[in-house]
Amino acid sequence: MLSMVSGEVDAFTAPSLREELLAVDIQEDMLVELNLSEVSYMDSTGLGVIVAFYKNVTANKGRLVLVGLSQRLQRLFDITGLSGVIHIEKEGAVNDHERI
Amino acid sequence: MTNEIKKQYTMLLGQYLQYQTERNLYLGQNFSRRLVQKDITPEEVISIHKDSLAEIYEGSEEFTDGMKNALDFLTEFMIQYGLALREHKILLKNQEEMDHELELAANVQKTMLKTTIPTIDGLSIGSISVPARKMNGDYIYYQGDSKRFVGVGVADVVGKGIPAALCMSMVKNGLDTLGQPSISPSYAMDVLNRIVEKTDNMFISMFYGRYDVVQSTFTYCSAGHEPALLYRAKDGKFIELESEGLLLGVLPDVHNQERSVQLAKGDMVIIMTDGVTECRVDDRFLEKSELTDLIFKHKDKIPQQLAEAIFHEIEKLSQFQNLADDLTFVVLKKEDD
Repeated sequence: MLSMVSGEVDAFTAPSLREELLAVDIQEDMLVELNLSEVSYMDSTGLGVIVAFYKNVTANKGRLVLVGLSQRLQRLFDITGLSGVIHIEKEGAVNDHERI
Repeated sequence: MTNEIKKQYTMLLGQYLQYQTERNLYLGQNFSRRLVQKDITPEEVISIHKDSLAEIYEGSEEFTDGMKNALDFLTEFMIQYGLALREHKILLKNQEEMDHELELAANVQKTMLKTTIPTIDGLSIGSISVPARKMNGDYIYYQGDSKRFVGVGVADVVGKGIPAALCMSMVKNGLDTLGQPSISPSYAMDVLNRIVEKTDNMFISMFYGRYDVVQSTFTYCSAGHEPALLYRAKDGKFIELESEGLLLGVLPDVHNQERSVQLAKGDMVIIMTDGVTECRVDDRFLEKSELTDLIFKHKDKIPQQLAEAIFHEIEKLSQFQNLADDLTFVVLKKEDD
């Protein structure tokens, strides 16, 4: 399953992202790919939604892959230690000419 | 509706019908404000209007039955608007009540999470923590034995507002239960992680450090937290205290590593939350070098004044826009040789 997230993911927009991700029916061995290349900004609330989704996917024995992280977003996942837990596809990473 | 209101309305309407001046219109506007205050509904206003017209045109044929019927029709029509207005007023009142409740909750939070800066010879501490909204999702925890050890924890709940604030008492209770300033930072983080992991999708980034006055060592562990800074007084340089740890609450069994640094006189450890690093300046974020420049500028102040000065500088840089995130800044400074 492929999904594209775009725009600013912050305290105001994160609830609707959470709703959409909750609606995903995760099945065993399902590979879910979230493309974050169009995410211009993500704050900690947004991060929380992604982590909650990761927990939901793994609890249902699926796999989650994040792709297209900007440098700033990558840093956020590095600092929080999440890049060691959630699979992040580095190839195809977008150049960080703007802030995330 | 009182007769007084009706009388005044008739007078104002009568004047306006005679002279359509700005002043008469203005008087009418002021009067309508009073009617709103007195909870006169839109349909009542039309009814007053109809009665006033009947009085003004008494004995003349100008105010016809057709016009009267039309006004009755309009009165019915306006009832829905009246209901909407009443609903709006009730909502406003509820909002006020909720604001008040929140105010109380924020006060309870302050009391519940109260922690005092420990005093110990050879180390001075200063801090500031400012919430972006009413309740703070950042938290500073202190413990000290007044002889050898001081423990400082800075936590930032992922997310904002009330749920984040409620989560904080978990951190405090966890650390209180461990209850020893000498405790190993990585052990403290491991225990907290197990507590937080049991909650439903709550994640906390946390930095915990312990200073040993006897050895002059600062031992720290970061659970997915913004790296702390170490200022070396000898060469005037800043180093990031790197540490790879995972946010609390993501996985059940995590062991976060701790590391130690030796402090010399004048060295400072600066712990902050992302409210500092994610502060927006114009259309970009505050650079790390800008932050270290600011700290350097104020480095000779005592830690409490330094923390406050940094907050004011950040406020200025973000042009006094409201904070996007809770902001916390803690400074530990080794004072003795």
